[in-house]
Parts: sequence; C-alpha cells; structure tokens
Amino acid sequence: MDIKKHIEETNYQNYVKQSMPKSHLLKECVMAFIVGGLICVLGEALNDLGEMVFRLDEDGVNAFRSAVLIFLGALFTGIGIYDVLGRFAGAGSIVPITGFANSIVSPALEYKWEGYVLGVGAKLFTIAGPVLVYGISSSIIVGVIYYIIGVV
Amino acid sequence: MNYLWAFIIGGLICRGGQILLSKTSMTPARILVLFVTAGVVLTALGLYEPLVKLGGAGAQVPLTGFGYALAKGAFKGVNESGLLGALSGGVKGTAAGIASAVIFGYLIALIFTPKTKK
Amino acid sequence: MGARVGEKTVRFDMPPNILGFSSVVGKDEKNGPYGACFDITFEDSLWGEKTYELAERKMQLKAVETAIEKSGLKAGDIHILIGGDLLNQIISSGFVARQMGIPFIGLYGACSTMSDSLLIGAMSVDGGFAEHVVCAPSSHFATAERQFRNPLELGTPKTPTAQNTATAAGAVVLSAQRGQYPSVISATPGRVVDFGINDVNNMGAAMAPAAAETIITHLEDIGQRPEYYDAIITGDLGIFGSKLLIKYASELGWDLSGVHRDCGMMLYGDNEKMHCGGSGCGCSASMLNGFFLPEMIKGNFKRILFVATGALHSPTSALQGETIPCIAHAIAIEMGCSI
Repeated sequence: MDIKKHIEETNYQNYVKQSMPKSHLLKECVMAFIVGGLICVLGEALNDLGEMVFRLDEDGVNAFRSAVLIFLGALFTGIGIYDVLGRFAGAGSIVPITGFANSIVSPALEYKWEGYVLGVGAKLFTIAGPVLVYGISSSIIVGVIYYIIGVV
Repeated sequence: MNYLWAFIIGGLICRGGQILLSKTSMTPARILVLFVTAGVVLTALGLYEPLVKLGGAGAQVPLTGFGYALAKGAFKGVNESGLLGALSGGVKGTAAGIASAVIFGYLIALIFTPKTKK
Repeated sequence: MGARVGEKTVRFDMPPNILGFSSVVGKDEKNGPYGACFDITFEDSLWGEKTYELAERKMQLKAVETAIEKSGLKAGDIHILIGGDLLNQIISSGFVARQMGIPFIGLYGACSTMSDSLLIGAMSVDGGFAEHVVCAPSSHFATAERQFRNPLELGTPKTPTAQNTATAAGAVVLSAQRGQYPSVISATPGRVVDFGINDVNNMGAAMAPAAAETIITHLEDIGQRPEYYDAIITGDLGIFGSKLLIKYASELGWDLSGVHRDCGMMLYGDNEKMHCGGSGCGCSASMLNGFFLPEMIKGNFKRILFVATGALHSPTSALQGETIPCIAHAIAIEMGCSI
C-alpha cells in the first residue's frame, strides 16, 4: 500500500491547482465591468436628480444617492433577484454599495426563523460588520494622523 | 459625458474586484473590507479625490467610495473640532448610508423570506 | 459472524439483505436525468414546512417510512435506526428518531453517511445484534448552504469546482431475513486522509485520494481487479474529483475508467449551473436507492462497490486554516447470493 506515498510524491496540491477547471476571467471581467458600470450610472442619475430636482447640497446629494441605492439593493435581495444577478455579475454587483446592502439583508433574511432579536437583529451585520469595523477604524486613524500633521 | 465617465470608472473599479475574486481565493466579505479600507487610505493620500471629480458616482458608488466618504468626513471633523472630530467625522459623513442600511435591511428582512433557486 | 479479510476489509458470513429502500428528492434532482427513478419528489424546497430544517426532517422521515413500508415491515420491527446528516448536532436525524421511536444511533460521516451507516448496520445484523436495521442519511441544499457556505440571497458567484448539495434523502432496510435480495457482502472502512487541499469549494479534489485509497485497499484485500464489479460507485467526487480518482488509480496500476460511476456527476446530468455536480449525504443515498439498487433487482448489475465519500471539515476548522480531512467507506453489494 503505497498510495499515500505516491500521491505525496506527485505533489498533489500543485497538480490539483494546475488542472482544476478555471473560470473565464475575461468573460467575468467584462460582466463585472458592465454591471458595475451600470450601477454607477444609476448612481450618477441619482446625483443629478438630487442636485437638479430636489436642489440638495453636496452632503444631501451623497446621502440621497446612498440611501436610494441601499434601498434598491435591499429590495432586490428581498424579492430574490440580487443573488441571481451576483451569480453572473460577480464583483460587478458585490463592490457597489448595493452589494453592501445585499450582504446586510441576505443573512438577516436567512436567520429570520431564529427570531427577531438573535436572528434578524444579530445577523444583519455578520458580513457587513467587518466593513464598518475596518472602514470606520481606518478613517479614525487617518483623521488622527491628519490632526497630528496639522498640529506639527 | 458625466454618465460615460461614471460608467468607465465604476466599471473599472468593479473589474478590479473581479480580478481579485477570480484570481485569488478571497471571499466577497474580504474584498469589501479591502475596498473600503483602500478607499480610506487612497483618499488620505489625496489619490481618490481626482477620481471622484472625474467619475462622480462611478467613484462614489463602489465601496471604495464609502471609504472616501469616511475619510473625507474624518478630515472635515478634524478641521471643525480638532481631535474629537477624527472620531465623529467619519461616521457623520456616512451616517445616512449606515442608517439606511440598518433600517432598510431590517424592514426587508421582515417582509420577505429567502428562496432557493437555480 | 463476519471475518476480516486482508488488511482492512470485513466479510460477512450471513450477508445482510437489503429488504427495502427508498429515495426522496427535491425539484432540481427530479429534473435531472434520473428524476423518474425516485420514490417521492417535491417541487418547493420548503415542502409545505415553515423552515428548510423542517423540510429536511420531513424528507428523512418520509424516506424511513417508505423504506420500512416497501420491505413489508413495521416501524416496531426495526431494532436500530442509523441516521446522519450535515447539520450541527445532526438534528434532522435526531428529530426523525424522536418521531419514529426506534432505538437510534446517530452518525456524522458528512457526505459518506450512506456507506457509513450501511457498514455499521451490516455489522449489527451480521453480528446478530439486530434483526432489522434502517440506515437513513439526508441533506438539503438550503440547510447545507447556511451551515457551510453563504446565505441563500447573497449575490456571490460560484467557483467552477463548486458542487451543489443535493436536496435528497434515502433509507435502506438491512435485515437478517433470507431471500432473493441485494445483500451486503463485504465492507472496507476507510482511513481519514488529507493531502492538504483547503479550498472548500473544491471538495472533489479533497476527497478523491480517500476514494482511491479505500477502493484500492478493498480490491487488494479481496484479491480482485476492478472489473470484478459491474460498477464502482463513488459518492460525490463530481467531474473534477472523478478525473483525479481515475488518474491516480491508474498511475498505481488500477484502471477504474471502465467501471467507475459517480453519483455527483449522475444526479444533475450536464446541468452547467451545478458546476462540478452534486454532493451531500442525499446525493449518493438517492442515486443508490433510486438507480443502482433497482438496476440490481432488474438484473442489470450483479455486483457493485458503493463508495460514498465525505469531507470531515467544518466552517470553524476552515476559518482556522485547517485543510480538509476526507474519508470513504466501501460497501460491496451483490445480488441474490444469499442462502
């Protein structure tokens, strides 16, 4: 019985890495580019809407755009479309802020049956929580550095 | 023209995410964290502002734009109220996004149930 | 009582008979090429229940009831129920046992649970410790996704090596009763092997060496070539894992290409959305009970070697950077050799 030895000698991990079916990088990148780009175009339209129709200031426009996109991301997750989109758009629907909304709604939905406090409430930020932790922490750090540079 | 730039810049940022997703074993959660942190750092170095000027929503909508808003808020906070502003500024600048994520996330989860589909 | 043969194999003196068997599957499995083979199918993944966990429990319960019914027995005749599934604390099986009121042994063998339970069931029957035993594994796509992967509605693409957990359950009644039935002749329990694969979306590659080792050990122990069997059936290696199995086995001088079948590859046919194929306890269980055992009774297969494979990692171990330990048990089933 030298199966173990044989598999070890042939460097199994490397062989698996080389021969495993690969994804179509070009096709995936094109899809990500198009879908991601279109979501951003929608964001730009919301910017214009906020600025020209609602006469919002810069902060207002930003808040308006984020809120609407997050609402749309959440809604499309709820009606079960966002994961279908994500399957072919990949990062195109993960990286925009709608993907952030998707990552909040999907675990909350999933754990609904475990109750409204420890299910929905606790699971809202299982995936998005780290984004806030690292985003906010790093903004505080750069803020402090900026302050120190200003003082000096 | 604005829309074209938004499409190109936004598309390119997402394509960058896709390369990470396909070429490395990074999970989407890690990519989101990386993008938001990268947004903060690039903004602090003054490299992200030109992208926003050019691409508008194309640079604001991807999660790097969330990082941009956080960092910009922190700087604004420091300018207005010193060291404490570094603590409060980032969240202030993104408060609408975070709050709407909480409330819409919660409401949608109340209304719908998850489905299996292929 | 059975005796040991060769290095690891157990041969049964009075081969336990497979008196009855059943399969219950969901929609995607029903729409696959073997959809017409299964006893019970259902359309909606919730199957009228409130949660996916309850739906899985219902599947396993129906499978157990149907198998007992098909073997002409009653629940009270069964001495031991051996069950397992993929959920934490194997809750599907535990709750089914609560309902059935049969003495229960719970197993965790991941996707290898079908051969795991047949192995222990056959030993119990041949050892004279039980007259009738039911072996019942199950898996459900939605419960396994949340246990091992992501929420259902999270928009993440699947990698090309990913496999789809089958929504399926199966049950087999093993019995000391004599007659013309498929019977469990011998069995080879597998070792846990790990060749350093840590990609949880590439289970086939992680499990292929375990399958290779168990199959080769079994053949060496009983002194036969692969052609001795009409089919050597692996559980859920999928397309890529099966390729690796054939390659490594042939490098060691065992040509499996003629007789090898993989339940994971068979279950969904060429459905590209399933990437490398099916997986989960229910995948091998439903294919064994829906296709292979009926084919044996029809006389199309005389002898099969059923090797369900399992990956024994958990999300915690994966997060902590552990590689994936894998297992495979071989069960030799032969038609109508019993006394």
